[in-house]
Amino acid sequence: MKGQFRRSVAGQRPWLGVLLLTAVLLLVPFVAGLGGQAWVRIANFAILYVFLALGLNIVVGYAGLLDLGYVAFYAVGAYTYALLASPHFGIHLPFWVILPLGAGLACMFGVLLGAPTLKLRGDYLAIVTLGFGEIVRIFMNNLNAPVNITNGAQGITLIDPIRIGDFSFSQSGTIFGITLSGPQKYYFLLVVLALLVIVVNVRLQNSRIGRSWQAIREDEVAAKACGINTRNIKLLAFAMGASFGGIAGGVFAAMQGFVSPESFSLMESITILSMVVLGGMGHIPGVILGAVLLTGLPEVLRYGIEPLQRAVFGRMIVDPESLRMLVFGLALVLVMRFRPAGLWPSSQRLRELAETAD
Amino acid sequence: MLEVNGLRVSYGGIQAVRGISFHVNEGEMVALIGANGAGKSSTLRALARLLDPAGGSVRYRGKELLPLPPHALVAEGIALVPEGRGVFPRMTSLENLRMGAYARSDKAAIEQDLEQVLGHFPRLKERGQQLAGTLSGGEQQMLAIGRALMSRPRLMLLDEPSMGLAPIMVQKIFEVIRTVASDGMTILLVEQNAKLALEVSQRGYVMESGEITVTNESTHLLADPKVRAAYLGE
Repeated sequence: MKGQFRRSVAGQRPWLGVLLLTAVLLLVPFVAGLGGQAWVRIANFAILYVFLALGLNIVVGYAGLLDLGYVAFYAVGAYTYALLASPHFGIHLPFWVILPLGAGLACMFGVLLGAPTLKLRGDYLAIVTLGFGEIVRIFMNNLNAPVNITNGAQGITLIDPIRIGDFSFSQSGTIFGITLSGPQKYYFLLVVLALLVIVVNVRLQNSRIGRSWQAIREDEVAAKACGINTRNIKLLAFAMGASFGGIAGGVFAAMQGFVSPESFSLMESITILSMVVLGGMGHIPGVILGAVLLTGLPEVLRYGIEPLQRAVFGRMIVDPESLRMLVFGLALVLVMRFRPAGLWPSSQRLRELAETAD
Repeated sequence: MLEVNGLRVSYGGIQAVRGISFHVNEGEMVALIGANGAGKSSTLRALARLLDPAGGSVRYRGKELLPLPPHALVAEGIALVPEGRGVFPRMTSLENLRMGAYARSDKAAIEQDLEQVLGHFPRLKERGQQLAGTLSGGEQQMLAIGRALMSRPRLMLLDEPSMGLAPIMVQKIFEVIRTVASDGMTILLVEQNAKLALEVSQRGYVMESGEITVTNESTHLLADPKVRAAYLGE
């Protein structure tokens, strides 16, 4: 039944699916806006995480390199934006200068991390990348003396929003007769960026580079024997993933108007990785689903559990914040137990699991 | 075609290959035999540039190979069939074969070669859409050889093709190797199964503790009482 449904929507009438999706994407900020701007912000974060997760998907899903320090590139992008567009240094560069710069810097950091770890795989690579992520965060935390660069744990405030001419993304305004709030404007910007990363992911998947990544993931010696320059191709995965992290970081800084090292903890890396794994490694719709679910669910919990407890017990018994990690962990365990390939795996991975099971 | 001079390989302080010299002529199949740990595979891995030797030179068609990275060998016309059937388990057989042509861009010729390889290995044709990881050991080894052929090599480096295969499959694989050789391929065969290796090759080198101790035409080696005693179990 489900398969039939999918075929009729996606197969016979692809335009219907696209139309439906476009309508949903257009309506989300207005529907969410009915519940207050906080919900629009949550939708924004969901899309930002889609962006991040798809960036990480290149490294983990395609090239098979377990990266636990992805948040470092996010941090590099965010701090690049914060330092170059805030009163902290008194520099106010436009976003179209800083975002590419942040992406470039993050890319450099990606190569910096990739180069010495070329020979590492699996757990060992995970440990080194984890360390790298922490190093970057600790640097951000302590680079306030002797010269104050990052303002330490206080973080950087009053970061400029993204602005195109007089059109500022932080204030509400009217376009084509529709009044949009700041977060709603950011929503559309994020959707455009997310579409960009989706296109890149799709193109990569079916390309020569995509095939080399798959080859390296499966057997590195055989990949070399086929004439694949494994060193460059691996570095490319790190560099590309990192660039997307850098862009996401820049948008994050502009959207929040504030960055501090706290936002770039190990937990953040693990969350992004969970989105990729939970949704379906290497499968674009799966990763998107994972990102949306893992951003949305905790918020639903936060806003839903409290009133629910008050209604049932008349008072707060469990703090939703502590429940959040519990549910998060439980979800991961359940998915790994019942859907080891992820919630929405690619048909290929599904086939692999089925064939290797017996 | 291939000339190895004074090749040395060490792991830490231990010398696995102690300055060996040998050569492979064009169109010839040469076997490198010896017991486990004699240094055969280390030699081949050094030739395939999977490890850096401590010294010596490897000249291929007059060109020094040692400064080259492993992936550059394909362009030179050298194909490695890695030890332990290095196939891509989650790609189909056909995808594996196409990966062999990764470094090539002549699409029409690739398709032609694909047809030819599939003609050589009807088994692979039957299992074209099957994931390589689900093939039998022998089929995987065939696939690895087929994939190496897809790069249109002049020299094929075969690392222990009989390893871990059932005796009947070993016979099959060696038939395949014989066919490939009869098409004019130059082959360097590293193999523990000395009898089979010497039966298909023209010349052989016997390795012992990192050194080449005996070398001769394969038929002579097969008749050599010392070789028979040490490697053919007589």
